[in-house]
Amino acid sequence: MTRIVDPTDERTPLRRALAVRPDRIGGAVALLDIAKPRGDVFLDRVEQRLAQRLPGVTLKRYRKPTFAKPAPEDLLRSIAADNGFVIEALAD
Amino acid sequence: MTDSLPGFSLADQHRRTHAFPAGRSALLVFVKEDCPTCNLTMPLIEAAWRAFGAAIDVVAIGQDATGNAALVERHGLTVPMLDDSALKVSYAHDVEIVPTIVLTEASGAPSTRFAGFDKSDWQKLFADLARIAGADEPRIEWSAYPASRPGCGSKSVEPGVAERLAAEASDSRLRARQIELGDREDPFEFMFERGLTDGLPVIPPTPERVARMLAGTRRDAQEVIATVPPNMAPLTIEKVAANSVMAGCKPEYLPVVIAVLEAVCTQEFNIHGVMATTGGATPIIVVNGPIRHRLGMNMKIGVLGSGNRANATIGRAVKLVLRNVGGARPGEIERTALGGPGKYTACYPEWEERSPWEPLHVERGFSREDNVVTVFGLEPGPRLIVDQISRTAHALAGSLGMALEACWHPKLHGYGEVLLVISPEHADTIARDGWTKAQLRNRIQEASARPIRELLRDANAGEGMTLAQFGLTNPSAEQFDQRIPKFRKPENINIIVAGGEAGKFSSVFGGWFSGPMGSMSVSRKIEEVP
Repeated sequence: MTRIVDPTDERTPLRRALAVRPDRIGGAVALLDIAKPRGDVFLDRVEQRLAQRLPGVTLKRYRKPTFAKPAPEDLLRSIAADNGFVIEALAD
Repeated sequence: MTDSLPGFSLADQHRRTHAFPAGRSALLVFVKEDCPTCNLTMPLIEAAWRAFGAAIDVVAIGQDATGNAALVERHGLTVPMLDDSALKVSYAHDVEIVPTIVLTEASGAPSTRFAGFDKSDWQKLFADLARIAGADEPRIEWSAYPASRPGCGSKSVEPGVAERLAAEASDSRLRARQIELGDREDPFEFMFERGLTDGLPVIPPTPERVARMLAGTRRDAQEVIATVPPNMAPLTIEKVAANSVMAGCKPEYLPVVIAVLEAVCTQEFNIHGVMATTGGATPIIVVNGPIRHRLGMNMKIGVLGSGNRANATIGRAVKLVLRNVGGARPGEIERTALGGPGKYTACYPEWEERSPWEPLHVERGFSREDNVVTVFGLEPGPRLIVDQISRTAHALAGSLGMALEACWHPKLHGYGEVLLVISPEHADTIARDGWTKAQLRNRIQEASARPIRELLRDANAGEGMTLAQFGLTNPSAEQFDQRIPKFRKPENINIIVAGGEAGKFSSVFGGWFSGPMGSMSVSRKIEEVP
């Protein structure tokens, strides 16, 4: 019989439930640009269309300093605190 | 010799259990059947048992079940022959030679210990036993015994066995979860099925092999050396050792693997980005210092290719840790669109002795005698640069500059770090003109410089730069003609010398996003040297 030492981190990934889907869109919507080329072009258009369709909603623009690294904690916290929704432009 | 010896409980040839210590003096004799010196000793053990057994626990401790039975039969033994075929008691009592003879006090603390056969030791032992037991010494035909005989190796120190016993001992350095495979399960297939390999077979990290790998470092196996993105998992030395076994490393490579992982898991290096990018990047490792020779690394013919164990397995171990502990698996968090062969392994020593310049680690502030790893987040494969014609440093560096301009895209300038590997023949051509590395870098910058007008995005080649990147809105003709070198700064061109002595070629590992917004190269001294 062979035994092996587990070479992994031995952790089970957390399963998180999806957030409950709201009936209506209200409050603020974050538009997050990860700083990839042309991500801003995509979000400009999204912002324009959403402003037409959802006049009561506040649209807020955010941008990661670099797409090559995870978003800074402060940025994530401020997006979560001030918005009910996020649209992220991954660009790739 | 005052501490009590490890306790045990073993069965004899009549399946009676003997515990140690049992509240009175004991004589423990470790033996194995195929050892002539043990056979020479057996009648003395039997005699001691018959003479002193009423007052002292006299036992033989045999190292394999079949052999124990043979000894009992051959010598007509009545002394308890305890079965230590699992060798755990032999291991716990540090028995390296059989026979090993240990006399203990009632507490279990040893008072006498010797190994092999020495007539005077035995004669003194019988006198001690008689005194302790308050009994007469038995009549022994001492003249029939030689003055001395060397013992034999204990089964507990045989190759492979010692590591197993170390792994199983209660003070083992191993704490990771262990997975038991079914009897009919092929361990190599198991490693594939569980997604633990890079696509090539790995050596199953059995506790014995991991224990043997851990002999390569004096550091605590449970020391957490880094937190590995993207899973942000704590990385212990034990996990590094398990993955190093899988990669095929020797124990003496372990300190190098550890140093690389410490360098890779820094904010500066940004391994999360390097592994997660849809572009192609991987840690490219350069090794400097005397350790290159000690590990038998290849820095000559085919240095960037296959064929050398240390080169191949050190880089592979690093990648397996990033995969298995960090969770950077292709298709999951590792998102490279294409990848490259360097995603398996990429670890190269510099041929410092063949270089006309200071080696990489000395340029970075270390001393020549330091052993240093430097990691770069670069493209996972080298690109060959051919120039068999240039005979001057100026001309050859011009060729290198033109070739380097093609990295990423010829129109993308203001580029970051690359690793240029210059072969000995190319190094000789440059050195003949007495050029320094700084001169070489400046010439590459000069030869790769292009006017802004040629770098802009256009219908001919969509990729390129924008006027905004140069701080321009409405440029003059003069501004359009401003020449921009390929690299943000000359130091971004990292240079090492390595490779075969025949062949006018160099190679470059193209860059990724380098600098504080991407990945910065990191050097780290290897603290432990085998």
